[in-house]
Amino acid sequence: MSRDEMNEWLERLLRHERRAVAKLISRVEDDRGRAEIMHSVRAHSGKSLVVGITGPPGVGKSSLVEALTRYYRENGERVGIVAVDPSSPYTGGAILGDRIRMQAHTTDRDVFIRSMGTRGHLGGVARSTADVLRILEAGGYGRLLLETVGVGQSEIEIMRLADTVVVVLNPGTGDGIQAIKAGIMEVADIFVVNKSDMPGAERMKNDIEMMLDLNGGAGPLRRPPVVLTSALQALGIPELGEAIAEQQAFLRESGQIKIRRQVQLQRETWHYLEEKVRALFDGTWPQIPQDWLEAGERDPFGLVEKVWAKMTGGRDVS
Amino acid sequence: MSQSRIRVLVGKPGLDGHDRGAKVIARALRDAGMEVIYSGLHQTPEEIVEAAIQEDVDVIGLSILSGAHLTIFPRVKELLREQEAEDILLIGGGTIPEEDVEVLLRQGFAEALFTPGTPTGEIVGWIKQRLEKKGPEPARAND
Repeated sequence: MSRDEMNEWLERLLRHERRAVAKLISRVEDDRGRAEIMHSVRAHSGKSLVVGITGPPGVGKSSLVEALTRYYRENGERVGIVAVDPSSPYTGGAILGDRIRMQAHTTDRDVFIRSMGTRGHLGGVARSTADVLRILEAGGYGRLLLETVGVGQSEIEIMRLADTVVVVLNPGTGDGIQAIKAGIMEVADIFVVNKSDMPGAERMKNDIEMMLDLNGGAGPLRRPPVVLTSALQALGIPELGEAIAEQQAFLRESGQIKIRRQVQLQRETWHYLEEKVRALFDGTWPQIPQDWLEAGERDPFGLVEKVWAKMTGGRDVS
Repeated sequence: MSQSRIRVLVGKPGLDGHDRGAKVIARALRDAGMEVIYSGLHQTPEEIVEAAIQEDVDVIGLSILSGAHLTIFPRVKELLREQEAEDILLIGGGTIPEEDVEVLLRQGFAEALFTPGTPTGEIVGWIKQRLEKKGPEPARAND
């Protein structure tokens, strides 16, 4: 894509044209002009807070996103959704099926849903998910919802992307709490017990509350509320919406949002730098002399120093 | 480095609920390294085209076993034209009689149609050939 072409798409994005939103997302996702595009998009985004929905597979994340979308649409908000599903580690292919639960909003021009494969990225999201959210915002979708892949214990990269982390669990999965208590448990701003029409919902809520009691003064500054919902029966959705609003008001009023954004910036900068270093390493490795490799068999740490020196020697990392 | 992937929307328009075929195709395309967005059942042409635009797919694949192909393909094509999205390839499969296949292809309402018995590799091959520019990224070391 030529610079003129890209500028035209960016102009169309700011006019809130859906095709431009879609095309620029693909460009960024495919890493074709990503830095240039994001440089422009960033100038027109960053105000909206991102609600991230995460939790184990099958707990109802997509259905909750659908229900929340309905809730925000009733308030007249325009909703941008990114739904991430895993890519195959073998072929890179993916089945992206989150839209199925969100069909009701497909032809609503004030809702934009984009599915992403993780494309080898770990942590529950894709490499460029943060960028895609900002493109949606610049394209006029002010209410941003992110659905991660189904996660287990330690996929906490959602912290880098979401201002409100909603961890979704189900009744009767007490062991599930055990599994997450060290990982996702610590990053939740709000807990949701979904499928609360099933037996054991109150007990699950109590289990979570008890664990939060154990936190004492440590951990997040604000104790996460525990909300009972049934996405399919539309129960507890306004309560969840209010919990999100309260947490976001707290972020803004306490100044916490600034701290979060700085942490996010640091992590995003690191990720981008990491990619550059990797590319530089991949380019350098084939050029290193054979005797370095032989020496490296005895001393990989020494080899690291030499390769690092060759990678950076007198050259700019850009 | 580019990370391009072929993206395909597999859609089930209309009233028939037989989605085994659509799922087999979706799986085959996934195994060929493509990103497959599955729309779910009972989609209108409007919903399919809108989803295809939001997802910026390269290909729409429609699975139709209800006999409504002579209505649905032209309608989807028309909507793509309205949305200035004719660059999206439209293909399909299902129980479509030979004479209708000819009509749809001749009038340009579909780029290719694959009827029962087609090896999935043939569909994968057709898509890859039409989209050669977007081949999968070569494997990198240390990934």
